[in-house]
Amino acid sequence: MAENKVSRRDFLNIVWGVAGVVAVTELGLTGLRFLSPRTVEGQFGGQFNLGSPDQYPPGSVTPVEAGRFYLVRLEDSGLLAIYRRCTHLGCAVPYDQGTGQFVCPCHGSAFTADGDVLNAPAPRPLDLFTLSINEEGEILVDTAKAIERDHADPAVVVYA
Amino acid sequence: MKPNPTSLENKPPVSTRLRESVLRGPLSPSDDRERMRMVMDSLVLHIHPSKVSRPALKFSYTFGLGGLLLLLGSILAVTGVLLLFVYTPSPDAAYDSMIALQTEINFGNLIRNLHHWSGNLMVVVGVLHLLRVFYTAGFTHPREFNWVMGVALLLLIVAANFTGYLLPWDQLAYWAVTVGTSLLSYIPVIGTGLTNLLLGGPEVGAATLTNFYGLHIAVIPLAIFGIVSFHIWRVRKDKITVPRKIDQEPESEKVTTIPHLISIEFIFALVWLALLLTWASFVNAPLEQAADPSHSPNPAKAAWYFMGFQELLLHFHPVFGAIVIPGLGLLALLALPYLDQDMSTTGVWFRSRRGRWLAGISFLLGIFGTFAFVLLNEYWLDLPAWLPFLPSAISNGWIPLAALLLILYGFYELLKLLGSRACEARLALFTLLLASFATLTFIGIFLRGEGMALVIPWSLFNG
Repeated sequence: MAENKVSRRDFLNIVWGVAGVVAVTELGLTGLRFLSPRTVEGQFGGQFNLGSPDQYPPGSVTPVEAGRFYLVRLEDSGLLAIYRRCTHLGCAVPYDQGTGQFVCPCHGSAFTADGDVLNAPAPRPLDLFTLSINEEGEILVDTAKAIERDHADPAVVVYA
Repeated sequence: MKPNPTSLENKPPVSTRLRESVLRGPLSPSDDRERMRMVMDSLVLHIHPSKVSRPALKFSYTFGLGGLLLLLGSILAVTGVLLLFVYTPSPDAAYDSMIALQTEINFGNLIRNLHHWSGNLMVVVGVLHLLRVFYTAGFTHPREFNWVMGVALLLLIVAANFTGYLLPWDQLAYWAVTVGTSLLSYIPVIGTGLTNLLLGGPEVGAATLTNFYGLHIAVIPLAIFGIVSFHIWRVRKDKITVPRKIDQEPESEKVTTIPHLISIEFIFALVWLALLLTWASFVNAPLEQAADPSHSPNPAKAAWYFMGFQELLLHFHPVFGAIVIPGLGLLALLALPYLDQDMSTTGVWFRSRRGRWLAGISFLLGIFGTFAFVLLNEYWLDLPAWLPFLPSAISNGWIPLAALLLILYGFYELLKLLGSRACEARLALFTLLLASFATLTFIGIFLRGEGMALVIPWSLFNG
């Protein structure tokens, strides 16, 4: 065939077909957006002001229930906000004062006080929340987004 | 004007006319022809053909498992609708609804028990139904796609159970769903997004409860209803596989559905209804303390039908334990009917005498092999520690998976070398994996104690 002409009938069928695909895509995306999580960025747990670092002696781990995290003061006075959710399967990890470790009750993962993995099956250290010190010298923890890390890096530790 | 076909003088009584406006034939047909007509003319009876093969009615062939699933589905629909009138899907009120069911509402506990046990039984019976069809080769051409639909239905049944698991909002529900949905987050690339969509946020919370509620009461039941209709229609169109003895042609005798099949089904349903009611009257569905997001129980276990996967997770890198191995298993399950072209053994239990032997041996091999593997892995084998220079996805994922697949392939080829047909070797392989998964599930449920350490079962109950 020299010419490959699309007939009027074929053209209209194609147009209707495309319109059908567009309609299904629109409805699908609308549905998906409708169902997407309602939590807005920056609203997961909110901001926490934990006051002066002096209240927390070096080598202490303080649970902050409302924020779902632990405020960790390392032996060298460094500060970390550690999300209590186990990186293995999401159980709440309690801190064991006796051994100075986080030990997950679900599958036996263990973490050091700065969240590094001591014992599998957890695949990575405990997640962190952003911790900063404001002008008045108070600890601020932003729980909007958990920060995942591949290994415990001393650079993330905050010093007052 | 057209002449009226019925003359006014012989007009039937009102009651007859009313009945005939609903049912198209006489109520109690007297001969086979009328009975077949009743099946053909009645919407309710449309799920059956008018005549069925006599040997297929034998109870020890189907065990009525498909019918039992329908009965359980109906019980779940009725009790589920009743529970809707009591239950409030919010973290503040859900647990109170459970307490109200136990203390205030007439027969509240009975209805909840019936719903709980029927749902759990449905998973068991669904698996048994699949096994029955597999071992009698009921999935061969032209029934391949019906097998695929059956697998989809089994997954939906598990999904229905899992979404329902969260609704009581007790400790058991909260942590089983936390652990179960965390498995999903290991899917590469889309895992976290998918988990967030399902949970309605990063953790199990109020949004998760409404999501699961919607899925449990509307989306999944509608999907099941649609696919089941298709599934049963295909059984009717493709005809049920006729059972037969080894080396014999199937009997071809047929009998009318009414009364031969209908009466069996009616009695079967009544007996099971009685058994379920008795069980639900005496055995309460579990209910623990109200959900507490800050304290995981020790050990925190997933729902029992996920314990096999949770056990896999203790031995493999999460991507492999939660995604790759179950995914491969599912693909193999879906591919089974398309691989099987051996029509000469359709309807024979375990295909042949050799098939029966192989099934027995593979089953034992699967049980002992899995026990040996779990013990070895617990006390000696520690690939990540032996190969510390490799990432754990390789040392605890690719390497053991490759070893496992090689062993299975070797087993398959060995059986073929020993003279098995391909379908018999596949049957042996399937049985081995089935026994292995059943053993993992058993170990997960009964032999895992505090911190998921291996324990002897009686210490679980004494502690």
